[in-house]
Amino acid sequence: MAAMKRLFGRPEALRDVPTHYCPGCPHGIVHRLIAEVIDELEIREKTIGIAPVGCAVLAYNYFNCDMQEAAHGRASAVATGIKRALPDSIVFSYQGDGDLASIGTAEIVHAAARGENITVIFINNAIYGMTGGQMAPTTLVGQRTTTCPDGRDPRLAGFPIRISEMLATLDGAVYIARASVHNISHLLKAKRCIKTAFQVQLNGEGFAMVEVLCACPTNWGLSAPEAMKWVEKNMIPYYPLWEIKPLLKEGVVRD
Amino acid sequence: MEERLLMKGNEALAEAAIRAGCRCFFGYPITPQNEIPEYMAKRMPQVGGVFLQAESEVSAINMVYGAAGAGVRAMTSSSSPGISLKQEGISYMAGAELPCVVVNVMRAGPGLGGIQAAQGDYFQATKGGGHGDYYTLVLAPGSVQEMMDLTFDAFDLADKYRNPVLILCDAILGQMMEPVELKDEFITQLQPKPWATVGAKGREPNVINSFYVSAEEQEEHNIKLFTKYQRMRNEEVRVETWRMEDAEIALVAYGTVSRIAKAAVELMRQEGIKAGLIRPITLFPFPEKTIHDLAFNVKAFSVIEMSMGQLVEDVRLAVKGVAPVKFYGTTGGRLPTPESIFQKAYELMNELTRGENGCYEKIIR
Repeated sequence: MAAMKRLFGRPEALRDVPTHYCPGCPHGIVHRLIAEVIDELEIREKTIGIAPVGCAVLAYNYFNCDMQEAAHGRASAVATGIKRALPDSIVFSYQGDGDLASIGTAEIVHAAARGENITVIFINNAIYGMTGGQMAPTTLVGQRTTTCPDGRDPRLAGFPIRISEMLATLDGAVYIARASVHNISHLLKAKRCIKTAFQVQLNGEGFAMVEVLCACPTNWGLSAPEAMKWVEKNMIPYYPLWEIKPLLKEGVVRD
Repeated sequence: MEERLLMKGNEALAEAAIRAGCRCFFGYPITPQNEIPEYMAKRMPQVGGVFLQAESEVSAINMVYGAAGAGVRAMTSSSSPGISLKQEGISYMAGAELPCVVVNVMRAGPGLGGIQAAQGDYFQATKGGGHGDYYTLVLAPGSVQEMMDLTFDAFDLADKYRNPVLILCDAILGQMMEPVELKDEFITQLQPKPWATVGAKGREPNVINSFYVSAEEQEEHNIKLFTKYQRMRNEEVRVETWRMEDAEIALVAYGTVSRIAKAAVELMRQEGIKAGLIRPITLFPFPEKTIHDLAFNVKAFSVIEMSMGQLVEDVRLAVKGVAPVKFYGTTGGRLPTPESIFQKAYELMNELTRGENGCYEKIIR
């Protein structure tokens, strides 16, 4: 019998270790998509990732590439430092909504405005997960969290931020997409967006970011399947999907 | 070969950083340190380095974090209010054991303060500055030449200890011009940094991190850091003692004030008062032993600073009650004069010797 062809396995860019993520948490899915892209582009040995502060703080234990752990919100500034110091490396930051869209807004806006040649993966689950379910800048109006127990009231707490749309207005931002991983077809599209965002960097084109809508079953108080449905029913209508800034500069090949 | 030039302190420091192999500079405008980023903006491209004006002090120090983690000699500079903003990143770099050089061209405070020279950031610089259990090495130049020489050393010390090194100067040292001997030395080869994140090619991944999940691991890490700080105390103390051989009163001052104190020592000597100067060059590690040993030889210490009594605390800790320690300070950007230092020292000596021999009575003015 001929040797069997390997069709599925752990990406080389992901370490063979259990993660600390809750059951039903999509962080593991997104980690895997990034790792698959790194493998497919054969860039693992020149990739430096940046872990945020938040649930993904331990991402440096999961990616099988060089990693730096940044202060809360500063991942894109750290990424800037690495990429400027080592222009031939591939640098990605992995940041949550509190990290990127609240405490790190200055850093992400200016990294995008400068057209830093980095790839940003932005996890939007509309809540602070690590600290126990507080209101995030992306928490939906009416959504209950521990710091808006009666639901987010825009008169008190303002409105959720569509950061991808904001960044898309900046000339330095070359590619901005919003994706979701709540089902297989969306997950596959999310991977294509992530791959494009790395390809933009490989081509030296500038700043690329993929926002990934994610569920947080634990802090939303839902089961994993319910949480996936909640993404579709409540988040996607407010955070429309796909390439918000698909207009890549000439020469960039879209997948 | 050495070149003799007339340079501004800030520019001398910046040129020394370039020659010491600094290839990434991230900064943000604030007076009175603007000549440093301006010089770097012009000079870095000439040596193939990176100059980037960041969106904030917070971003600048975090860019330094990234670049230092990638194994490059990196620096940022600012002045007092901006240094407060950098404390987050400095703490992270101390925790993650990343080498970098941070320059504080001090101005007055608290708050926005004025842009005149002051030394009110002494506590912040020497006691850690940010959150958590850590220290940074602190170098205090006293001339434009030292702005240059200590910057050279700062990068070596940062790499040696994998720790942030602070250069603590002030608006006067940054802005004034003095002749300097410019060493014709360019550092291009650094010691290998096998811990740096440069891409895991043919090896296990490296991680730059200051996060420890368990208390045991965090304690172990902090104890390791403090072993390093003890090594600094043992090996890196620098202090200048001047006319201390027969001194009865020791002035203690650093940076700009030490220059004024030297003039005061001259004045006192002219009047027959045996004065000398102790000038700490490293503020952390502090020259505790030198000061303690000299405490047995002098009648008193007069600590002079452009702050409301910060350096004096370290002097008192070093003297350990062996001799009286008096404080004389100016604040808000005002400078002490040689005459005012003389007057304070004179009053102190007179108070101490009254009834003994009265030797200082006769020169009361």
